[in-house]
Amino acid sequence: MAKKYTLINGYPEYMRESIKLVEKTRNKRVGKLPKPMTLEERDELLNLCHPDYAPGGKRKISVGVNQGDIAPNEVADLLESKPLVDSKDIDLTKPDFETDLLIIGGGLAGTSAALLANDNGIPAEKILLVNKLRHGDSNSIMAQGGTQAADRPNDSPAIHFIDALGGGHFTNKPEVLKALVEEAPLSIKWLCDLGVLFDREPDGSFTELSGGGTSRKRMHACRDYTGMEELRVIRDEFRSRNIPFLEFYPAIELLTDPENGKVTGALLWGLETKEYMVVKAKATIMATGGFGRLHIRGFPTTNHYGATYDGAVIAYRAGAKLRDTDTVQYHPTGAAYPQQIIGLLLTEKLRTSGAQPLNKKGESFVYPLEPRDVEASAFIRECYINDNGVSTPSGMKGIWLDTPMIDLVKGKGATAKSFPGMIRMFNRFGIDMTKDPVLVFPTLHYQNGGIETDPGGKTNIPGLFVAGEVSGGVHGKNRLMGNSTLDCIVFGRISGVEAAQYIKSCKGKDKLSLNHIDNWNQQLINAKIKSPLKAPILFPEYRGKAVLARMIDIF
Amino acid sequence: MAKQEHQNIMDKIASANKSVTTGVDEKDIEHWVTIYIMGDEYKVPADLTIMQAMEFAGFKFTRSCGCRAGFCGACSTVYRLKNDYKLQTDMACQTRVQDGMFLVQIPFAPADKAAYLINEETYQPNIFIKYYPEIARCVSCNTCTKACPQDLQVMDYIQAALRGDFARVAELSFDCIQCGLCAIRCPAEIVHYHVAQLGRRMYSVHGLKKEENVENRVKEIEKGKFNQDFKKFLDMDEQEIKQAYRDQQKSKEVY
Repeated sequence: MAKKYTLINGYPEYMRESIKLVEKTRNKRVGKLPKPMTLEERDELLNLCHPDYAPGGKRKISVGVNQGDIAPNEVADLLESKPLVDSKDIDLTKPDFETDLLIIGGGLAGTSAALLANDNGIPAEKILLVNKLRHGDSNSIMAQGGTQAADRPNDSPAIHFIDALGGGHFTNKPEVLKALVEEAPLSIKWLCDLGVLFDREPDGSFTELSGGGTSRKRMHACRDYTGMEELRVIRDEFRSRNIPFLEFYPAIELLTDPENGKVTGALLWGLETKEYMVVKAKATIMATGGFGRLHIRGFPTTNHYGATYDGAVIAYRAGAKLRDTDTVQYHPTGAAYPQQIIGLLLTEKLRTSGAQPLNKKGESFVYPLEPRDVEASAFIRECYINDNGVSTPSGMKGIWLDTPMIDLVKGKGATAKSFPGMIRMFNRFGIDMTKDPVLVFPTLHYQNGGIETDPGGKTNIPGLFVAGEVSGGVHGKNRLMGNSTLDCIVFGRISGVEAAQYIKSCKGKDKLSLNHIDNWNQQLINAKIKSPLKAPILFPEYRGKAVLARMIDIF
Repeated sequence: MAKQEHQNIMDKIASANKSVTTGVDEKDIEHWVTIYIMGDEYKVPADLTIMQAMEFAGFKFTRSCGCRAGFCGACSTVYRLKNDYKLQTDMACQTRVQDGMFLVQIPFAPADKAAYLINEETYQPNIFIKYYPEIARCVSCNTCTKACPQDLQVMDYIQAALRGDFARVAELSFDCIQCGLCAIRCPAEIVHYHVAQLGRRMYSVHGLKKEENVENRVKEIEKGKFNQDFKKFLDMDEQEIKQAYRDQQKSKEVY
């Protein structure tokens, strides 16, 4: 680890030498970009360098609906895990809550779902939104770059459809993707009508930018705080409507009707008080987000602290079908320096605004706006095969992202106006990104696959709906920038409407059981899973090794 | 390239990232500082954030930890340095530890949020006083501004709210992460971030014109303008759709 280096404006002297090379080529690079890759060149590069395509690190899932499908080891371990509780210890006869709609997870998807269910006839008091952490602690709130919607005259939802399909290597579920792009403009309008402040031009029209793999400018941003602005507005609306919610109560199992397997609620666990709570619900929307904190293949992550795959794990036990479990999105530009912020997101909007990726010699080596999996693979190739990466004091290699170019391309002051969050992050560690480039390396960003859904957010289990990152299919094997916040809002809204309709058709004779976890335990025995983990894990483990070695569990 | 080589690259990447993915191993550490977490002394690696240092010391977070990237406002922390009277505030995930730091995290900021239907409110300057009359108690001490980990001009936007200047409230408060440190420090007991949220929504809904492109596009979609295009693409086989993609990428808009 780190020797003591003398830092000059945040960087050690030896890195400064490489920065000089970047400065030397800067003016010559304005307006000049390497050629985009063909589909064939993209495939070749992915096979060479993308972590999903590297040998090792993954295996076949050996139990459950998706038995035989490939998943990263970290994901397979959780899908083959055993429950945290024994069904015998849980009294389901007196539910703590009896509600119409239970929503698990309060990011953009869950919160949108609550509002639309309420708009569609479910009274506020018959909705319950439960959160593992606080309402809003989510990947949504960290989304920086923007939300896609094809609303300009030279664009169309069909063009958006083709862009997303190509970005996903033509593996997206077409009818779900169609719903995403067709509902996108309506979702942006809905957010505006509730009070979201998207960036505007002086004439009042939206400022819109391109993204990796998009062919039109359709990224709607709120500075570099897009997800935060969207979420805090709809959360404010949610609170104003007095919809009930719980914080620090993660769901640790679903509940099912023993006669038909229908999802009829969930078992919660209080992080503060350690007691369980039983929620009976006519419909349940799973909106628990992704899995970045599993650190697949040892990558750092952009994700929030609770991104541990909980929702997919408990739904899988209840029989939910997953898809595209084999793919993981690595965002090309995670911070690689300084050590305190390794893995944190540097928005793709930096590249769409003119920042170019460069090697240690200050040379441009890849078109800056390839789809994320391609761009990330190009960075890995440049660092580890071409040996042109910049080494950091903590032993990483990285690529320069030449952020001072943004003011050259977009005009002086453009960086300060569009990227206050990024500037703030680097300033805290002594780096001025308007004057110096920043060092980046791919970081684990997004769960491409997930619980399979139809265009209405319905799963293969009656009573269970999904929305947002926990779902799979809409992005295929690789998501484009600006389609995740969009996914959350569109399918949050749709699942809220669909769940409201479903609830109206319910006869109200549902029973509660944990029979499915008893069956699951038997399946684990039949599949000869040796010492399965206990899950959902709820949080990653970052405590110091010396402390863990001496830990005694007394109370 | 040999498969083995590809695997080796992945191993190298995993090994370089160990400190942030599996927790810090003290064998690797050369430089240490001493900090005091709620009064108890801990020796921690000098290169960590407050959040990482607390984890190294053995704390497992269930509160006061959210996005870990400076966007969610969960990890508000107050601290003093040795021999310094000044009470400092910051986000634990975005602040490096310093030798002699006495610190505690704030688990929760108690604050009442007014309920309103934003579309039914009128765009009148007195709305701030209507829902948050306590803003009139502001004594302009600027403690809120000093407490803000985002370095926002908090007092200035409260003054703007008193004048009913919606645009100014929205502009000055936009980067607010709603951590609550301003509200906890305020001697006038104002909850600044709720005032700002009301102001931004009012400005967006009542102060800005409807955006024409999106309004038009929503109507076009309702009328089925793009149904033919979708039908064409959904009927294509794989080769045709790949060609459509290639053709479309040629007309790419970049900067």
